[in-house]
Amino acid sequence: MKDTEGYVTADGRQIGGVLMEMKNITLKFGGVTAISDISFDVHEGEIRAIIGPNGAGKSSMLNIISGFYTPTVGEVWYKGAKRPPMKPYEVARMGVARTFQNIALFEGMTVLDNIMTGRLTHMNASIAAQAIWWGKARNEEMENREIVEKVIDFLEIQAIRKTPVGRLPYGLKKRVELARALAAEPSILLLDEPMAGMNVEEKEDMSRFILDVNDEFGTTICLIEHDMGVVMDLSDRVVVMDYGKKIGDGTPDEVRGNQDVIDAYLGVPHD
Amino acid sequence: MDLLRDIFINPFVEMAAMPDLFLQTLWEGLVSGVLYALIALGFVLIFRSSRIFNFAQGIMVVFAALTLVGLYAYGIPAWIAVLLTLGVMFVLAVSIERVVLRPLVGQPDIILFMATIGVSLFLIGLGEIIFGGENKQMITSELGIPTGETLLEPWGGLLILPHLDITVVVVGGVLVAALLAFLNYTKMGRAIRALGDDHQAALSVGISLQTIWVLVWFIAGIIALVTGIAWGARAGVSFALEVIAYKALPVLMLGGLESITGAIVGGLMIGILEKLFDGYWGYPILGGNTETWFAFVLALIVLLFRPQGLFGERIIERV
Ligand SMILES: Nc1ncnc2c1ncn2[C@@H]1O[C@H](COP(=O)(O)OP(=O)(O)OP(=O)(O)O)[C@@H](O)[C@H]1O
Ligand SMILES: [Mg+2]
Repeated sequence: MKDTEGYVTADGRQIGGVLMEMKNITLKFGGVTAISDISFDVHEGEIRAIIGPNGAGKSSMLNIISGFYTPTVGEVWYKGAKRPPMKPYEVARMGVARTFQNIALFEGMTVLDNIMTGRLTHMNASIAAQAIWWGKARNEEMENREIVEKVIDFLEIQAIRKTPVGRLPYGLKKRVELARALAAEPSILLLDEPMAGMNVEEKEDMSRFILDVNDEFGTTICLIEHDMGVVMDLSDRVVVMDYGKKIGDGTPDEVRGNQDVIDAYLGVPHD
Repeated sequence: MDLLRDIFINPFVEMAAMPDLFLQTLWEGLVSGVLYALIALGFVLIFRSSRIFNFAQGIMVVFAALTLVGLYAYGIPAWIAVLLTLGVMFVLAVSIERVVLRPLVGQPDIILFMATIGVSLFLIGLGEIIFGGENKQMITSELGIPTGETLLEPWGGLLILPHLDITVVVVGGVLVAALLAFLNYTKMGRAIRALGDDHQAALSVGISLQTIWVLVWFIAGIIALVTGIAWGARAGVSFALEVIAYKALPVLMLGGLESITGAIVGGLMIGILEKLFDGYWGYPILGGNTETWFAFVLALIVLLFRPQGLFGERIIERV
């Protein structure tokens, strides 16, 4: 069985078994069906892209994975078990980290503090211990500081560590948001348009970071992106959505040759 | 001409002539300033994490003081009574989160505000049933708070430092410093600040709204107990104690409802300025009693020139 065994990519990387599976997901907002009956899986260690025109339901899908939306119908399977309905913070504590399409950072806090919040999911010391900064709480803080410093080095943002996030330009904010997600050492990283609004150079940097994260830490990544060139370069497999439906699923090459996908992108009218 | 002299010259002449009196005024301002800062912090923490203006803060002060004094009256040793009162404030925080906040989440802010009015009416009723409504003595000496005073003689003058006030400044100062350290250097503290900045992002990094709400209401409860003891030690324990919370309102107008620094600096500033104003301008020119309104007027004047408050980011109207 291909699904449980994993597979080898075109460039020779070994991909693991299924980490997460979306089964027959439907999402309705009142009368609007944002997602209708979509299934797909994400393998351990792969870079999985979700693409599609505006309003296709991509962000909604990411919101379901991260617990911000509850599907009207359908199941989310994670690490081999069906996930009960969960709040976003509970999903985060299961190792799912994310960024947002419209950057969501703590604007009043410094870059360092923002990234430190990424460590909240690894909090074990009791509140009382933290209040007096004692024993375990203190060691934890030190440990977390170390991991955060590594992430800062990795994403090359040492120079802005102490800057309040509100003062940063857009491109750097996106990078800080990625850093905060990485600090959680997630099992799966969800990126909603990590390169939207960036110039060519910034996009190249971001692509490199995403590839390096996947390569060095083996992090599974599920990302939404509009820039086709970038998507095809980065991802191992691609889900294509249009008007809430899945119209394609496969390697970049397979998807590129899919007639429905070509039609959707060329704007062939729907019947 | 005389009025101009009274405003621009005489006060300063007097400050220079009697520096001991000036120091005394500053000291008294510092004592109330520390209490204002603490109360304002309680408001700010709750507002940042839930957009709620906690109308019940004043009654929480009364309730905490009543509980402490009441437990002592039942024969429980003073320090055990303090711990038990903290326990009661924690139970109160959990109950408010469960019974009031959780069901109302997502309702307009004004509804939540009204709910805190409900909480304060409930606490008044509960306090009266359990402990009775009459004025009580704070158990100051039983708690080991010294009652004497230290006399200093700077420049041959006289400076009176009541030991109760010294205790208030030290305990209040330590509490403010501890809160700041907690907010800045612990993960839970960071979570509280984070939630104030962006709810969505906070959820995505694993912050639980409920936990933070219980935490900030409990902190407000601790602050209520400390201010209740400090204020109750001079004024006695009765429902009139709640005014201490309203004294913090101009601090919030000045410092902003969301600024932690604003609460602390604003609290100290108002405490000191209102004493200085009353001593050097209010009393000579207006015959005194300016402390009840001065802070509000000061806040209004500052807001005329800085609509965003002293520490707020500049508000740019979106059009
Ligand atoms: N919270 C919501 N309430 C109501 N409708 C929503 C909500 N979130 C999304 N929708 C609707 O669901 C549909 C899909 O939106 P979604 O944001 O998932 O699309 P998308 O593929 O991410 O688009 P884009 O590329 O523009 O980001 C849209 O019609 C949108 O209006
Ligand atoms: Mg989107």
